[in-house]
Amino acid sequence: MKVLAAMSGGVDSAVAAARAVEAGHDVVGVHLALSRMPGTLRTGSRGCCTIEDSMDAQRAANLIGIPYYVWDFSERFKLDVVDDFIAEYSAGRTPNPCMRCNERIKFAALLEKAIDLGFDAVCTGHYASVVTDADGNRELHRASAWAKDQSYVLGVLTTEQLAHSMFPLGATPSKAEVRAEAAARGFSVANKPDSHDICFIPDGDTRGWLAERVGAEQGAILDRTGERIGTHEGAHAFTVGQRKGLSVGVPTPDGRPRFVLEVRPKTNEVVVGPKEALDIAEIAGSRYSWAGLDPIASGIADADADGIASFRCEVQIRAHADPVPAMARVAAQGELVIVPDEPLNGVAPGQTAVIYVGTRVLGQTTIDRTVSAVPVA
Amino acid sequence: MAVYLDHAATTPMLPDAIAAYAEAMSVVGNPASIHSQGQEAKRMLEEARETVAASLGCDPIEVVFTSGGTEAINLAIKGLYWARNDAGPGPGVSTLPKPRILAPGGEHHATIDTLEWLERYEGAEVEWLPLDELGRIRVDAVEEALARDPDSIALLTLIMANNEVGTIQPVGDVAALAARYGVPVHTDAVAAYGHLPIDFAGLRRESGSASAGLLALSVSAHKIGGPVGIGALVLSRAATVVPLVHGGGQQRQVRSGTQDVAAAVSFAVAAERATAELAFEAERVAALRDRVIAGVAAAVPEATLSGAPDAARLPSNAHFTFPGAQGDSLLFLLDVAGVSVSTGSACQAGIPEPSHVLIAMGRSEQEARGALRITLGRTTTDADVDAFLDALPAAYAQASRAGLADRATRLGR
Repeated sequence: MKVLAAMSGGVDSAVAAARAVEAGHDVVGVHLALSRMPGTLRTGSRGCCTIEDSMDAQRAANLIGIPYYVWDFSERFKLDVVDDFIAEYSAGRTPNPCMRCNERIKFAALLEKAIDLGFDAVCTGHYASVVTDADGNRELHRASAWAKDQSYVLGVLTTEQLAHSMFPLGATPSKAEVRAEAAARGFSVANKPDSHDICFIPDGDTRGWLAERVGAEQGAILDRTGERIGTHEGAHAFTVGQRKGLSVGVPTPDGRPRFVLEVRPKTNEVVVGPKEALDIAEIAGSRYSWAGLDPIASGIADADADGIASFRCEVQIRAHADPVPAMARVAAQGELVIVPDEPLNGVAPGQTAVIYVGTRVLGQTTIDRTVSAVPVA
Repeated sequence: MAVYLDHAATTPMLPDAIAAYAEAMSVVGNPASIHSQGQEAKRMLEEARETVAASLGCDPIEVVFTSGGTEAINLAIKGLYWARNDAGPGPGVSTLPKPRILAPGGEHHATIDTLEWLERYEGAEVEWLPLDELGRIRVDAVEEALARDPDSIALLTLIMANNEVGTIQPVGDVAALAARYGVPVHTDAVAAYGHLPIDFAGLRRESGSASAGLLALSVSAHKIGGPVGIGALVLSRAATVVPLVHGGGQQRQVRSGTQDVAAAVSFAVAAERATAELAFEAERVAALRDRVIAGVAAAVPEATLSGAPDAARLPSNAHFTFPGAQGDSLLFLLDVAGVSVSTGSACQAGIPEPSHVLIAMGRSEQEARGALRITLGRTTTDADVDAFLDALPAAYAQASRAGLADRATRLGR
């Protein structure tokens, strides 16, 4: 196959590209330029987007012996990831920009361009596996090294995208092994730190970065009954589940701490309450997708007389959260509703819920609304 | 073997220049040393300086060797700016006497970034002069800017021929105009060198002023078949510049540092050949370029030639915008087909951006993204042009399918 290896300059994508070559593919390395004004040197735990990272990627490509190019996706990235991130926060939601980048850039804009230019697949260093079932259908599965598993951030991929995706690190037992392999191959990035922060926020100060772009206006802090109990300096600075930074002068009657339960950007209000009110009994979203065949076609669920399919699954709400058993139901048109067996803590609209059956990623939804396990007293 | 059509980025070293380089490198002696070996090194260096001077129509003493075109441009612009503002600010003088610098848009980054640095750190006020749609400086706009308080102008700098689109600027006319207003001129002749005859003394005479008009001119060796790592600033006797680097006081105290004899010798070999063969090569290469232009027009009628036509552009340059295709897609596909071209000037770590030259010529960012530069040189043959023209139609068709970066994606939900 003609394979385009997306190379960030990190150790994972470099080893993935090398493995694709050894698997016999015709590989070309491509680094995505995601910023018009890239930083010169790497800082902290930002793992991409600087010129140093681009040079790291090129050096790895040189060692592997593949051609290397830089393709400019800065405009698409700004529109689909950065502006989306700001818009989601402005709307009171908590987005995951890395998922958006996978969904709109790596496996959409980049993949489409690659296909148009004659490639068969895009290869990345994600820890996940694409499996083909007996009928030739593609399934997305967790990596065998669960500690590094990144299937969550790939939950947005569709059948068509999976058909052109290659994750050579999916069966690797550990990150240590990837680093050892990189060192054995002579890659300078063998010991490069993992990236954690959002790549387009240079110093990791998400709040400060957002404040410059969203603007901050004083607004009301409300309790669950709607009574005003304090003033905040800008709703965007709060996320659901947050405890710090709530400057409410009046203590709670029982002396227990308050947590952010809801952010209402339209009215610039922040709703606070006790920790247990963060327990979520139900999450729902209309922006869902299936990573491969849908539950009915997969034989996991049958539609009832009303066309609603219900099935057992596990739901995961953050990249490194544990999956929890749940019941999901979906109507042919409408919402995907997920009811966890035990209430979930720390769920905010805008986050992505990925649903699994065993190791298989079934699909995902962006969370539009949640239902608290603890009704307002 | 790959077909190389990116001679403006760098052109193959002449075998004679390589041989002379290697031979000169084995000679021991610092040209500043007093002993016989130092004197031998000095002899080689000064012979080289004479040859380079002859290729540029200036006196040997006016040739200041630098590490390349970028350093020469920095030295000319910063050096002239500082020298012209030597008097102030001082006691009772709150502002610089000559803060203004005039420059056309679409200059090479060596000029743009130097000027922006002077603005940021040294109080300069840069006035960017407009280009027309062919990339030519508008002489009326130059005159208007010069006439407006000429005493406040430190210098005017302009490129002799644009490195991306190949448009030749009327350096003689602009320098003569500047001379009338007492303004010194530097020209960046890096892209022009070896392709256009350069007569520094002749241009100085045209200026008709000893202390103003054309005073400085920058060139680089590796654009004409010499080595990377050496260039020259032609600096008139009448010019005063404040040096960038300080040390042993070599080269008129303007550029300290032990002089690179071997690189200068190699540069001289290339300069001599380039000058001797210029008329013949310019005609030969222009004919090949015209084949490229005609061939592109036939294969892709919707492509637009950028820059000035015929004799008003460098004989070695063909530059196009391809609507509906991205330059980097075209470059990739042509590279796969074994043809090396460019989207414009080589840039930092290969991160592409829409050409600022095309933007300065009034083209949109959208158009600028479809830019492709084909530049020819001494080693270019008809077969190279054939290979490019053979590979282009399929590359263009495929790049058009890949389309533009800002269209909506179709994959995903």
